[in-house]
Amino acid sequence: MEKLKQFTSSSLFLPIVALAVLLIFNAVFVDGFLHIQLTEDGRLYGRLIDILNRSSSLVILSLGMTFVIATSGIDISVGAVVAISAAVVCTFIGGRGDGIPEHPMVLAMLAAVGAGVVCGIWNGLLVAKFKIQAVVATLILMTAGRGIAQLMTEGQIITVYYKPFSYISGTIPGNILPTTIFIAAAMVLLVVFLMKKTSIGLFVQSVGINPTASRFSGINVTLVIFLVYAFSGLCAGVSGLIESSLIRAADANNAGLNMEMDAILAVALGGTLLSGGKFYIGGSVIGAITIQTLTTTMYALGVSADQLPVVKAIAVIAICLIQSKRCQEIFDKWKARHMQPDNPEEKAVNKA
Amino acid sequence: MANVLLEMRQIDKIFPGVRALSKVDFTLRAGEIHSLMGENGAGKSTLVKVLTGVYGRDGGTILLDGKETTPRTTKEAQECGISTVYQEVNLCSNLTVAENIFIGRQPKKHGFIDWTTMNKRAAELLQRLSVRIDVTKTLDHYPVAVQQMIAIARAVDVSARILILDEPTSSLDEQETQKLFTIIRQLKKQGMGIIFISHFLDQVYELCDRITVLRNGKLIGAYDVDKLPKFELIAKMVGKSLSDVQDFEKREEKSQPSEEMFLEASHIGCTGSLVDMDVAIHKGEVIGFAGLLGSGRTETAELLFGIHEITHGAITVNGKKMHIKEPMAAMKQKIAFCPEDRKSSGIIEDLSVRENIILAMQAKDGMFRHIPYKEQVKITDDCIKLLNIKVSSREQLIRNLSGGNQQKVIIARWLATQPELLILDEPTRGIDVGTKSEIQKMAITLAKKRGMCVIFISSEMDEMVRTCTKLIVLRDRRKVAELENEDISSENVMRAIAGGEG
Ligand SMILES: Nc1ncnc2c1ncn2[C@@H]1O[C@H](COP(=O)(O)OP(=O)(O)OP(=O)(O)O)[C@@H](O)[C@H]1O
Ligand SMILES: [Mg+2]
Repeated sequence: MEKLKQFTSSSLFLPIVALAVLLIFNAVFVDGFLHIQLTEDGRLYGRLIDILNRSSSLVILSLGMTFVIATSGIDISVGAVVAISAAVVCTFIGGRGDGIPEHPMVLAMLAAVGAGVVCGIWNGLLVAKFKIQAVVATLILMTAGRGIAQLMTEGQIITVYYKPFSYISGTIPGNILPTTIFIAAAMVLLVVFLMKKTSIGLFVQSVGINPTASRFSGINVTLVIFLVYAFSGLCAGVSGLIESSLIRAADANNAGLNMEMDAILAVALGGTLLSGGKFYIGGSVIGAITIQTLTTTMYALGVSADQLPVVKAIAVIAICLIQSKRCQEIFDKWKARHMQPDNPEEKAVNKA
Repeated sequence: MANVLLEMRQIDKIFPGVRALSKVDFTLRAGEIHSLMGENGAGKSTLVKVLTGVYGRDGGTILLDGKETTPRTTKEAQECGISTVYQEVNLCSNLTVAENIFIGRQPKKHGFIDWTTMNKRAAELLQRLSVRIDVTKTLDHYPVAVQQMIAIARAVDVSARILILDEPTSSLDEQETQKLFTIIRQLKKQGMGIIFISHFLDQVYELCDRITVLRNGKLIGAYDVDKLPKFELIAKMVGKSLSDVQDFEKREEKSQPSEEMFLEASHIGCTGSLVDMDVAIHKGEVIGFAGLLGSGRTETAELLFGIHEITHGAITVNGKKMHIKEPMAAMKQKIAFCPEDRKSSGIIEDLSVRENIILAMQAKDGMFRHIPYKEQVKITDDCIKLLNIKVSSREQLIRNLSGGNQQKVIIARWLATQPELLILDEPTRGIDVGTKSEIQKMAITLAKKRGMCVIFISSEMDEMVRTCTKLIVLRDRRKVAELENEDISSENVMRAIAGGEG
C-alpha cells in the first residue's frame, strides 16, 4: 500500500501508465506483438525490438529538448539540425558507388556531431547572450537549416554505399541488438551521470523557475541557458547519424522532418511543463518511446500514413488531458479523501 | 455588543504532512479591527485563505451575517463582500498600475474600457495613500513597498464589508503606515470589519481592538487588546512562560569592530540608481544603511554584490581593487546578499527547502563539484535547527512554507556559504517577534565570534539602533550622514534624513 502510494504520486506514474496501456492494447490487438525471435545470423528480432530501435533517435532528441524546455525555452530547430548532421556525415563519407569512403567514417561521424554542436552554440548565443525569444531564435535555424544541408549536398540526395555506415542504424555483425539502442542508452547514461554527479540539473531547474533569484544566488544564468542549447545541438547531431544511416542517404528535405514536434511532445508527455522548471528525464524517454509505439501500432493496425497524424493527435490530446492540472487536482482531491494523512498530534489537540 | 459579521467555527485545514489549522474559531464584528497573531507558520495566512476560498477547508463552518457561506473561489469571496490583501502581493507585473487596481472591474464607456477615467481614479486613489507615481507605467517599475500600497489601494476601493490585510505594513515605513492606519480607521467608522495581520506588536496595539492568537494551527484564545499586556501576548504566541519571554527584550552587547578593513567603497554610484556613496567596513562590524524607501539603500547593496556594475567610484576588498561585475565575483570575495524582495529574487519556489539552501553554495563550488547528498542533508538540517525553520520535511517545496519561514531559508542559504560580509536587506520582514530578536542577535554574534562584517538594512529604526555599530544615512540616492556609537539613535537618524544638505 505504502509503495503503491509512493508510485502513484511519483512523476513517472502517468507516463508509465500511458505507455503500459498502449503496450497492453498492442499485445491484445496486434498479432505477435510480444514475440521476439533470434534470426539465423544471431540477431534478436521482433516488434518490441523494432520499436526500441526506431525510437532511439527521438529518445536522444528529447533528452536535449528536456533541458531546453526546463529552462523555459524551446528548440524548434532540432529537425533541421538532424538534416544538417545527416548531410555532413554523408558528404564526408561520400557517395562512391564502389563503397569506398572518402574520409574515415569516425571522422565523418565526429564532424556531423560537431556540426550539431555548432548549431546548438548558435542557438545558445542568440537565446542566452542576445536574449532573443527562444521560438524566434531557433526558428532561424529551423528554416535556414535545411537550406544549409542542401548547399552541402549540392542539392542532391547523397546515397552512401559504404557498408559499415549502415551498422549505425542496423546491427553490427556479431551483436544481438541494433546499434541504435546502444547509442540511445549511452546518451541516457551520460545524462544520468550528469544529473547524479554534477549540479547541472539543479541549476537548470532553478533558472527555469526563477531566473532573477537564480542570478541573485550566483548562478551564471547566461551560461546555463547557453549550455542547454549546445547540448540540444549535440543530441540532434547524434540523431542525425541514426536518421541518415537508416536510409543510407542524406535527404536534406526529409531527414528529421517534424521531429522537433515529436521531441517537444515526448517531453510534454513525460510530465515536464512547457513553462519550465522541474523536468523529468525518465519521463521524456518514456514519452519518446510512447510516441514511437503509437506510430508503430497505427501502422500495424493498417492506418494509412496520411491518416496517421489525426489518430496521433487524438491520442496525444487524451494523454495531455490526463496530465492536465485540472485532472491532477481532481485526482489529488480523490486521493485526499481516500487516504487520510496520519496525525500524531490529533489526540493532543482534542485534549487541549 | 456590536453585531457579528463573520463567524468561523471549528475550521480544519490539512496539508500533506502538516495540520495547518485544527478546530479554529474566529469571530469578527462590524466596526472592529481584529488582529490575528502567531509565530511564523502558526496558520494565520491559511485561516485567511480558507475564508477567501483560496483553499478548501477540511472541516468547520463559516457564517457570514449568520448565514452559512462557502466561498469557493476568491471571486465568490469578493462577491460576498470580502476584500483581501494577501501576504505575497499578487499583482501582475506587466500590467500598468491603473490596470492592476481596476482589474476585473474596469470603468466602461460605451462598452469599452474608459482609460481616462480609470487612470484618473487610480491616481486619486493612490493620492489618498500619498503615493504619487505614474499610474500608466507597468508595475515592475516600482519597488515592493509601492506594490504593496497599490494592492492596498485596490482592496480598500472595492466596497466591501470585510477587509483582510495580511502583513500589509511589512515593507512600509513609519509615515506610510500611519497613512494606512488613518484609512483603516475611517473604514472602521463606516462599520467595516477588518482583519489585520502583522508581526509588529506596536502597530497591533496602536490599531486593533481585539486579538486572536494562534499557535501551531490551534486557537489559543481571543482577547481584548487593553486586557492583554504585551508580554502575555508574546508568551501566548510562543507558548512559553512569562519569565522566558522577558529575555526577548534583552539586548545583546554590540560587537567591537577590529581595525582591519574588509571592504572599502569610495564614491561609488551607478547612473540612474545611485549618485554617490562611501562605505568602509571593518571586520566584525555591523553597519546599518538607514533612509527612506528609494533613498539608495538597496541600490548600494546591489552594487556591492554585483547585481549591477558601478559606473563610477571604486571598490577595494581586503586592500585589493575589485571589479564586481556579477554576483559570482562578489561571492568569490565572500560577500553574501539576502535580497529584500523574497518572492522575485529570493526563493526558487518549486524547489525544495534543501535545494534552496544549498543553491548558493553549489553555485560557488561550480556545477562540477557537486555537493554529495549526505552533506546537503547535513547542511540543511543544521540550518533548519539553527534558524528554527518550521518545515514538515527538508524536501518540502519552499512555496508551501509560511512567509516568515521562506525568509529564514534565504538567510540560511547565505549563512551556508560562510561569508565574510553578509548583507541583509530587510532580513526581518515578516518574521515573528521571537525570531526577529534571534536574527538581530545572530547578526551581532556572527560579527563578534567569527569577525564577520554585516550590513543591515531595515526600515525599522529600532532594530537598526539595537544592532548596528555604525549607521550610514542616505537620502536621495546619496550618503548624507554617518553616525557612530553613542550618536546612534532614532532621533539623530530622523534629523539626518530630514535635514538639509549635510
Ligand atoms: N500550500 C501549502 N502546502 C503545504 N503546506 C502549507 C501550504 N501553505 C501553508 N502550509 C503550511 O501551513 C502552516 C501554516 O502556514 P501559514 O502560511 O498559514 O503561516 P502564517 O501564520 O501565515 O506564518 P507567517 O507569519 O510566516 O506568514 C505552515 O507550517 C506551512 O508550512
Ligand atoms: Mg502568513
